[in-house]
Amino acid sequence: MQDTLAGLSFVLPAVVVLFTFLILPLLVAFYFSFTDWSGTRPLDQPDAYEMVGFENYQRWIIDGRRVDDFYRSVRNTLYYVAGVVPIQTALALVLAVIVNQRWLKGKAFFRTAFYFPSITSSIVVSFIFLFLFSGGGPINLLLKAVFPSFEPVSWTTNNDGLVHLLLNVFGVNGRTVGPWAETEILGLEIWEWISGPSVAMFTIMCLAIWTTTGTLMVIYLSALQNIPSSVYEAAEVDGATGLQAFRHITLPLLRPTTFFVVTLGLIGTFQVFDQIYVLQNDQTARTTTSVAYLVYATAFEGTSPSLAEASAIAIVLFIIIFVATLIQRRFVGGDQAET
Amino acid sequence: MTTATLAPQRTESGTIRTLRTILTVVALAFLVLFAAVQIVPFVLTVANSFKCDAAVENRPLAFIPRLATVTCRDAEGEFISPDEQVDGVLFTPSIDGYRGILNDQLPRWALNTAGLSLVVTLVRLVLDSMAGYALARLSFPGNRLVFFVILGVLMIPGVVLLIPRFLMLKEMGLLNTYQGYIITLAADAFGILLMKQFFESIPKEIEEAAQVDGANRFTIFFRIVLPMATPALTALTIFSFQGNWNNFMDALIILGGNTDMYNLPLGLTVLRGAGQDIQYDLVLAGSVVTTIPMAIIFFFFQRYFVEGISYSGLKG
Repeated sequence: MQDTLAGLSFVLPAVVVLFTFLILPLLVAFYFSFTDWSGTRPLDQPDAYEMVGFENYQRWIIDGRRVDDFYRSVRNTLYYVAGVVPIQTALALVLAVIVNQRWLKGKAFFRTAFYFPSITSSIVVSFIFLFLFSGGGPINLLLKAVFPSFEPVSWTTNNDGLVHLLLNVFGVNGRTVGPWAETEILGLEIWEWISGPSVAMFTIMCLAIWTTTGTLMVIYLSALQNIPSSVYEAAEVDGATGLQAFRHITLPLLRPTTFFVVTLGLIGTFQVFDQIYVLQNDQTARTTTSVAYLVYATAFEGTSPSLAEASAIAIVLFIIIFVATLIQRRFVGGDQAET
Repeated sequence: MTTATLAPQRTESGTIRTLRTILTVVALAFLVLFAAVQIVPFVLTVANSFKCDAAVENRPLAFIPRLATVTCRDAEGEFISPDEQVDGVLFTPSIDGYRGILNDQLPRWALNTAGLSLVVTLVRLVLDSMAGYALARLSFPGNRLVFFVILGVLMIPGVVLLIPRFLMLKEMGLLNTYQGYIITLAADAFGILLMKQFFESIPKEIEEAAQVDGANRFTIFFRIVLPMATPALTALTIFSFQGNWNNFMDALIILGGNTDMYNLPLGLTVLRGAGQDIQYDLVLAGSVVTTIPMAIIFFFFQRYFVEGISYSGLKG
């Protein structure tokens, strides 16, 4: 019974901290999402706020006057997630398989080089990319050197959607696409929904892939190194080619790792904030605001900031991330996932 | 450690061998290209942090420094032209950017960052290891429940907590205080689970022997168990220190109202300047200064980064 006392006193400080700053805030956000509190009136006054039911959700998510802002941020986030997660996962896997080859010298060098970006601050990486992709910056100069006909692009201020740009090559644009594209769904015209990520958002996606791929590669690499070579020897005896062995042995054995890597990717990308904070500017707010950034902007920026409305968006984001994780559990199969 | 390569088959024809060689060359080229993509931006960043603002914007590719130095303003106080500083891939370094950030609040921000990271890490080492030990070894009512709650806490996305943390700290009078930052991050679910897992992996016998000798749980934990946990504590130290050194979002919310309290990531966004006119010399110098301490720690403790990496993305 000494254990009971010791156990409780050992665990209590950490539990109090986690409860106060991780669980309680969730409940607080939930509560205030049903109020009209802007954040300015002191809470100890009796008339600081009123309960307004679903009004905030109505205004932002259902059919109120801010739904277009919300769903635009949903669109931006979805393009970001859908672009970053598959590419970084596939790149990480391919790189890990190459680094794991027996003939490769200098494994440690490649591991270090690939991992290094992830120890730097997201803000530092954002500034590096702001510099790389600036008007007279290295990316434009390199592209100009390789393709002499290339016209420098203003990467970080360009709102053109990649899909729109591609369609424009075939002569399809907002005027010629036809009336069907003007149909409004959830506050946005279909034409706006299918824009693809803007050039500015594409820059931020490159940043994310550049930073994260190395980390994921190291995770894949350690998983690959845990596959006993006897498995491959057996396959070889049975006459399997290298590609067959990869498809039927390596990939299935890496399934738990892939689940883990995709989960990390989803949770991280759905919350993208720091990079947007640095790389966004007034011109590109429309195409680069993520849902996470919208939460911040609603609470602290603009002419009428509102903590209550921001809380409502935060709660919806929480549900989105939760559902996304459930869906991918279905697809990638997390029942055997390692932790 | 086994290597899962695809061994060459003994009976392979000439075409297969040629194909294999081509594949190897392509793979190697891809690897080297990707490594260059990862490294070159850092090289350019360091080189350009030693250039004047105009040269960063107009001659960013020069990366080989000469042995001389220049100042960005001439005797009359006019900015020198980029061509005076850069010639092809060669450039004459200037330390004006570094001088600029040193005269600014950067030293203060660096101290804040170091202090906050250190204190949060120390507190976490104590709270996380105590909780981890209790979950691993001590049977108390609610042990399983606490464990599952901590697992669940890992799933809470940080951005959802932004607003409510802000208003809770405001109500507690802890907004824009170091204490507010420290107490908010004083324990983390990842650290607790890491320590729990470690304590479960060490043999019980030593603790049992000490118990027979009449030592109580507190003595056993602090005198016997904790000294054995050095590897796990090192991993936790590095992850917590790195996470806090680079922590932008929590600093923005908790310390954002007082520039004297900023940490380096938050300070960098101030160095940037307003609008589109970015002060590249200051920003890049600040980026280098922010990164160097972490780079040093990384090169000395690389093993721990790589070992603990599977948890990295889970930290809150």
